Amino acid sequence: MNRRLRWLLGLLIIIALFIVIIFYPPASLLEWQSISLMRFFFILLLCCIFCLYRILRGPTPADRVVAIDILGILIVGFCAVLGIPTGRPWYIDIGIAWALQSFIGTIALAKYLEGKGFEE
Amino acid sequence: MIEIIAYIFIVVGLIFDLFGCIGLVRLPDVYNRLQASTKCVTLGTCSILFGLFLFRGFTATGIKALLCIVFLILTAPVSAHAIARGAHISGVKLWDKSVCDKYEEDKQS
Repeated sequence: MNRRLRWLLGLLIIIALFIVIIFYPPASLLEWQSISLMRFFFILLLCCIFCLYRILRGPTPADRVVAIDILGILIVGFCAVLGIPTGRPWYIDIGIAWALQSFIGTIALAKYLEGKGFEE
Repeated sequence: MIEIIAYIFIVVGLIFDLFGCIGLVRLPDVYNRLQASTKCVTLGTCSILFGLFLFRGFTATGIKALLCIVFLILTAPVSAHAIARGAHISGVKLWDKSVCDKYEEDKQS
């Protein structure tokens, strides 16, 4: 009973945050595009806060490696959303470079977790 | 019209991202967290990039977005598999209520 109540409370908090991000302050019909792009940033920031919680609180090192990997993929999404309203073509270049660097870093951390050297 | 389809793709991608990160916080085990978060976040970010491609069309930015989709789909499962293997070798225990562990049986036999 207690466990189910906690689950329901967490779900209600997440739905409340989502509704506040989407519907407050109310957008007029003419300028819904620019304001909704700002709200996309807020949703991605909420995802990044969840990842940072897992990095700080993870009981094992493997949890932290998983959270760092997810944070790298989220930053590629950030660069893609930034490329839409500004119209500049080099944000997606930053995204591609960040995806490469994040992949290499994750592979290196996974080899470190195995307890072997890097030369294999 | 095509901008509205692009916005729908971006919103679907953001919802997948949010569910993946909630799974990263909520689930009890390293392997469960890895499965939920990697698949959801990869699909969500690919959907956001496809929305950017629908905005820009076949210009330089759109083709770079398609290239980034291909790169993410190629590399994200590889890194997830490497993390799972490294975690299992370094001795991270499974959850108490997990049913079976085939990799441990393979290593013992």
